[in-house]
Order: sequence, then structure tokens, then C-alpha cells
Amino acid sequence: MQQSNTYIIVFSAVLTIILGGLLSLANQGLKPMQQKSVELDTKKKILSAVTDLKGKKGNEVLELYGETIESIVVDLEGVVVEKDEKGADIIAENVDVAKNFKKGPEERLYPVFKYHKEGNKEAVEAYIFPVYGRGLWGPIWGFIALETDLNTIKGTSFDHKTETPGLGARITTAEISNRYHGKRLFDDGGNLISIMMLKGENNASSALDDHHIDGMSGATLTANGVNEMLESYFEYYKSYIENTKKTTGQKVALLY
Amino acid sequence: MSTQTLEKTVDKKPAEAAFSKRRKKFVNDPLSEDNPITIQVLGICSALAVTTQMKPTLTMAISVIFVMVFSNLIISLMRSLVPTRVRIIVQLAVIATLVTLVSEVLKAYQYDMYKELSVFVGLIITNCIVMGRLEAFALANKPWDSVLDAIGNGLGYSWIILAVAFFREIFGSGKLFGWPLFEAMGIENFPTNGLMVTPVGAFFILGLIIWVQRTKTGYVEH
Repeated sequence: MQQSNTYIIVFSAVLTIILGGLLSLANQGLKPMQQKSVELDTKKKILSAVTDLKGKKGNEVLELYGETIESIVVDLEGVVVEKDEKGADIIAENVDVAKNFKKGPEERLYPVFKYHKEGNKEAVEAYIFPVYGRGLWGPIWGFIALETDLNTIKGTSFDHKTETPGLGARITTAEISNRYHGKRLFDDGGNLISIMMLKGENNASSALDDHHIDGMSGATLTANGVNEMLESYFEYYKSYIENTKKTTGQKVALLY
Repeated sequence: MSTQTLEKTVDKKPAEAAFSKRRKKFVNDPLSEDNPITIQVLGICSALAVTTQMKPTLTMAISVIFVMVFSNLIISLMRSLVPTRVRIIVQLAVIATLVTLVSEVLKAYQYDMYKELSVFVGLIITNCIVMGRLEAFALANKPWDSVLDAIGNGLGYSWIILAVAFFREIFGSGKLFGWPLFEAMGIENFPTNGLMVTPVGAFFILGLIIWVQRTKTGYVEH
């Protein structure tokens, strides 16, 4: 059966309108739920740098987040930024680290998340810093939690977009992030050394010290990306870290 | 017109049972004798990519069945309206819409799964099985038959990828649906095989399944 051109055009147009309408309806209808999912995912990542979330449901995670996390945004100088150039409040959770990554380091905003124990708003238990960088195939990012000395790693959680499953994608596993536990970013003089993931796996323990951890076999290029990400971002956070060290140091001094 | 008279004579026959012998064949055949993966060797791409673990594989299987059933149904309902010259585009538009729906729903309610499956949900669009069934079956058959055909082929696809995922997860990560199988059995240091985690592992398992199946059914490639 051969149809006329008019029929084909009308048919295609009607089909497109119906299908397009259906999709935009679905998109609009599901948007609130999707935004909630994305938000939950980010908060999960932030929290999992400092605590184990196994078995926690979505609502419990959000509740825990609300109780324990206090967030601020700083610039490269380590100064807290509260308003953007239009005068609107900046919310740390809404700062898109990926978008900021495309700007120059001076123009970026750097969110910092402070973790308290439940019910104690005064004492900070850990500082959580988002980091972002390039892996082998695409972007990688993570959250690095530091102890109150702002030097020792309390925990990490990494994620990636397109690293190779079983190789580079292992950065998301607890096995890899646990290797960072207790390692240190700065030397005794306060200089940034960062933490290097070595090439290859099962390195001799003599090669591993405060600033070096065992690598991932077959994923050296992803590991290089992680190393670079840590080093560059803690260079950017350095001013904030030094400022905070000074002020908290003073507080401690006042207590004596 | 001749078609009208033909339809009238069909109408006079008593209605065929919903699961008559002929219709059962639509569901049963693709499960083994005419399996889309092992016999027709379609949909291999996703069979390799998503089958490292059972959970994402199950999500993928359900998504594919959903897309197949509804695209077959919709195309079959419109089969006399679809202009033959643009039928491929029409099929693609319908499949793409359904796949996008699945992807949006996953993003809203199963965000972890959405992240894990990432591009592979979108790639259901290019899964040859889906479009193959539209072109070969739904365009020429009635809606109910088409739905049965879609269920048959969807299940045929699903059980194979689930079988592949079963072996890959057990030998690759020593787990089943993320549950540590060997630890529960008291074997602490089960040597997991890294090869099984990579797509190469799926080739081996798939090859073995095809081998076993062809030995049993005696199927020979012509």
C-alpha cells in the first residue's frame, strides 16, 4: 500500500506531537522526585566520607544530614562567601563543583561541610571537602573528610562517570577509600605534600608512608587523576585550612 | 474490497482462546529454540555490558520487557496506519519514547540503579531485539499476538542475561544480588576471578551457554 506524501507528513507530525507531549508530561511530573533523588545522592556521598550509611533509608539519611552537617562556601583566599554577585544566598549543597571546575581557580566557589556529632552543634568532628578532577575517560569526584587537625584523613568517598568497571571504577569501593584512612596531607612544617596513589598493587610496605598509598593494578591512569585531583584541590583549600587552624588554635589557647 | 470480505469471514470463526496452542508457541519458542541471544545472536552488546551483577541485570531485563511489550502493542495497534515508507522511523520514535520514559522513572525512583546502568538504559533503543520484533512481527500481527511475542522474546533475552550475570557475579565478586555468598558458606578467601568482571568474562559464559544449548537442541547454523 503506497500512501500519499501528505498522509505521511501528517502522520509523522501527529505522532511526533503525541510522543513529545507524553515525554514532556512525564518529565514535568517526575522532576520533583528526580531532584530529590539527586539531592539524596549528594548528601549520601558527603556523609559516607565520615560515617557508615549501610542499611539507612533515604529519609533517615536526610534527617542525619540535617542534624550533623553544617555547610559553608569559601573562595580561594579561604574567606567565607555568603552572597553571590546578584545578592542571593549561596547554599553549599547547590554549588555545582563540576561547573566550577570549568572556571579558573580564583573564580571558583569551594563548599566546605562541617560534621558534628549528633546533638552537639558546637564541636566540629570533621571537615569534608569536595574535590573534582579528570580520570582516564571522564570526570571523577569525591569527598575528603579530614580530622579536626585538618591534616589527617578521616575518610573518603569517590565517584566517577565513566571509569572502567573492575579497574578504575574501583575508586568507589570501600577497599580503595579505606587505604586513605589515617594518611596525612601536610608535612610537619605545614607544606602540602598530598597523598599519592602508587603505580601497581601490593607495593612493598616500605613504599607506603603517611603520604603514599597502594595503587590499583591496571588503573594507574585513573590513580594519576585521583592524585592530581587531591593535590590541586587541597592547594585551593589551603588558605581556608590555614585560617581555620589559626582560629581554632586561638580558641584552644583561650581555654587554657 | 477484498480485505473487507476477508475480515468478515475471519469474524465468523469462534474466537481463539487467549492462550491457544498457536499462541503459546509465541512465548515458548524464543525461550530456547528461537532465543534472541543464543540463536539469533541479537542484543549481545547489553548482554556483555550490564551483566556483572544480578541487580542491574534484573533492572535491565524488566526495562527491556516493558519496552518490548508496549512497543509491540502500540505498533501492532497502528499497523494499518503506519506509512510503509517511514515505518522504521515510526518504530524508532515509539521505542525511543518508551525508553526515555523508563530512564526518567528510574532516575526518579531508583537513582542508584540509574547511575549504574547509565547509558545502557538509553541503548535499549538500539537493542536489535526490540526493533527486530517490531519489524518482523508486530507490523503484521494482531495486538494480543504481538504482546505474547514480546513477552516471549523479552523473557528469552532476560533469562540469558540473568544466567550470565549469575555466573559472573558469583565468580567475579563472590556475591549474589550483592549478598556475600561464599562468606555465608564459611569460605573466607574465595579467589574471585577478575576476568569475570570485565566484558570478556561475559563472552566466555555466553559461549558456554550457547554450546550447551546447541548440543541439547541439535541446532546447526546454516
